[in-house]
Amino acid sequence: MHVIERDALTALFVALRQRAFRLLGPTVRDGAIVYDELASPADLPQGWTDTQDGGTYRLVRRNDAALFGYAVGPHSWKQFLHPPTVRLWQAQRDGQSFHIRAEQPEQARFAFIGVRSCELHAIAIHDRIFLHDAYVDPVYRARRENLFIVAVNCGQAGGTCFCVSMHTGPKVTQGFDLALTELLTGERHYFVVETGTARGAEVLQDIPHRAATAAEEEAAAAVVARTATQMGRTLHTAGLQELLYRNIEHPRWDEVASRCLTCGNCTMVCPTCFCTTVTDTTDLTGAHAERWRQWDSCFTTDFSYIHGGSVRTSARSRYRHWLMHKLATWIDQFGTSGCVGCGRCITWCPVAIDITAEVDAIRTSEHRAAAEGKNDANA
Amino acid sequence: MVYTPEQQPVDTAFPDPMLPRLYRVEQVRREIRATCTLALVPDNGTTAFSFAPGQFTMLYVFGIGEIPISISGDPAQPHLLVHTVRAVGPVSQALQQLKRGDVIGVRGPFGSSWPIEDAKGSDVILVAGGLGLAPLRPALYALLSQREQYGRLCLLYGARTPQDVLYARELARWRGRFDLDVYVTVDSASTAWRGQVGVVTALLAKIPFDPANTVALVCGPEVMMRFTTRELQERGLSAVHIFVSMERNMKCALGFCGHCQFGPTFVCKDGPVLRYDRIQSWFGKREI
Amino acid sequence: MQTLEPILAAHPFFQNLDPRHLHLIVSCASNVRFEAGQFIFREGEAANHFYLLRHGTVQLEIFVPERGPLVIQTLGEGDVLGWSWLFPPYRWHFDARAATLVRAIALDGQCLRTKCEEDHDLGYQLVKRFAHVIMQRLQATRLQLLDVYGVHS
Repeated sequence: MHVIERDALTALFVALRQRAFRLLGPTVRDGAIVYDELASPADLPQGWTDTQDGGTYRLVRRNDAALFGYAVGPHSWKQFLHPPTVRLWQAQRDGQSFHIRAEQPEQARFAFIGVRSCELHAIAIHDRIFLHDAYVDPVYRARRENLFIVAVNCGQAGGTCFCVSMHTGPKVTQGFDLALTELLTGERHYFVVETGTARGAEVLQDIPHRAATAAEEEAAAAVVARTATQMGRTLHTAGLQELLYRNIEHPRWDEVASRCLTCGNCTMVCPTCFCTTVTDTTDLTGAHAERWRQWDSCFTTDFSYIHGGSVRTSARSRYRHWLMHKLATWIDQFGTSGCVGCGRCITWCPVAIDITAEVDAIRTSEHRAAAEGKNDANA
Repeated sequence: MVYTPEQQPVDTAFPDPMLPRLYRVEQVRREIRATCTLALVPDNGTTAFSFAPGQFTMLYVFGIGEIPISISGDPAQPHLLVHTVRAVGPVSQALQQLKRGDVIGVRGPFGSSWPIEDAKGSDVILVAGGLGLAPLRPALYALLSQREQYGRLCLLYGARTPQDVLYARELARWRGRFDLDVYVTVDSASTAWRGQVGVVTALLAKIPFDPANTVALVCGPEVMMRFTTRELQERGLSAVHIFVSMERNMKCALGFCGHCQFGPTFVCKDGPVLRYDRIQSWFGKREI
Repeated sequence: MQTLEPILAAHPFFQNLDPRHLHLIVSCASNVRFEAGQFIFREGEAANHFYLLRHGTVQLEIFVPERGPLVIQTLGEGDVLGWSWLFPPYRWHFDARAATLVRAIALDGQCLRTKCEEDHDLGYQLVKRFAHVIMQRLQATRLQLLDVYGVHS
């Protein structure tokens, strides 16, 4: 472990830029902390935090100058690695035939600043889907290959966070080049730094740093330990997949459907939701065609369209599909849960539907039914 | 006997799976109403790919769009890529309009295939409904090409009316073989039709089979497959001896777009051919 | 004279029927044969029999004025033809025509109804077997109604 002072962050930015990285990270815009280009540490949301609950997100001033003193906002890193719209190829008509021009995916050199543990898990989930399955997505690979990650251990949990339940945080454990823990003690503002890769260690050499003392390391460990106790939400995951498979026809799906607007916000803000659709277009002459890929949402009726009609027409089935995929079928498909406990779907749901509460409702009804069954047997 | 759908290796000769390859229309055959069979050959510079029975491709019509279509040709003749297409949407309608010499885009082949290898030594029942005969035809070609490797072969085919019987001439030819039993039934007919009238599941009742040594390959509309799998199970066939070919919305065919999920399965990469025990608990559930 | 009892016993419809009941039924049975094209019964006629098909194919038909005769269902060896004899007013609802040479066992409805009234065990056996046939045909009919092979939008 090492220590860098607050002012050394500028050196970190310079070191990364010298290595031709494009710096992306948190900044305040439109009343939220979003992820965007960072010119310097001055762009970071210094002195800001957020308060979050179901359907609620507000920026609030902190009484210190913390740079990473918030939870997560509406953006996730997937907008950079798995872009919302991307042209896949272009084609030009030539008589009865046509030529296809492949898109040369730009070999991006992104450096993400301030990636949280839950987000690292989300990136690992996308790696599994786009890099380590039967096929490799060239768009994702071109953006992922050179990615440099400066992770941050969460100094506080948000009102909708439940990474402890999902075993995805708050402590950063994998998939980073450098990991920072931000410490503010009276006059002092510094970071305890952990190197995750040789590349990270090499970058650290360009920044004024020194070895961390045992006290500093302890202080850093105390920060994440405290955050772990502050989770705004809890999701009980024991036997969760089987619970959901047993309850495909549970009345709770109708109940949630009466509130759900099927707006798809949850799928847009979710750091792991990866579904896309394609659009084939032509220009007015009909001679030039393109194929574009866009983020899609399983909350649209078109999502499940097969000739003649859509498979999932009711809100009930679409919400169920989303939740079941996230928490159950994802495990069969990719070996992990599709939920990292970041809480975005709860915060950004316009009607405050809460994935943890929906699971709880189904679980509780099963317990109640079991208890009543026992009572009946005793009667 | 253990039967499993065959997983085909990814074609690494073509590195970008999102990019269509150009194929030229060699022949257009008008089939039943609003349906045609396209024989495609690689356009200049493109190399032909081999495929396994049950696999599908994504067909792209310039400027209009792309749809998944099962390959309906002979796997022993991969230079001629054959698809049977019914007009049900904009792309499949555009495919009907193609003429010899037109060029379209092809991605694939994708997905799992019928258990042709595993079925060796067993009796095989193919149950097709409507256009579902098309994805089963390559399986039948493969079975007949090594006829001595299999026990009894039986094709049961249900169509809407006599005018909707696909590949009628080929069916007649198959019916003439002594080593293949072919039964065709239609849902309704005039008295001019000399064949069976009734549902395809009723044909199952007519044929004797040993459930322990029989594998069933089923392809057709989902409701037809639900009735058929139920009937097969009532006749003693285990779910691990039954294979179905599923259909769901597909945009990428690579497992990236998420559209084709059916419970835990991605129809594009785990299927389309799935062993029935794998999806049994989801089959017939509403809006999965 | 050779009795029809072993033939009845071998037909799938009477599989595992108590020999005592079989013995009662056989007195109502007779061997019949229809040439290809011959009507076995016609819509509206009195339904006095039902048939256990042993050989050949029967088409169940209905005549629609503007569409001509339509085939509702094809029946063959091992199938049972006709259940209108079981319920009043004992009239056929469809036409049945031999599509090929047909050999069958005809069972006299009046005779059977009388025996069923006398022996309710026999009646239960017969109704149970017919109910099974009717269920299968109803399920098939529902599937046909769905028109699963049509293009729907």
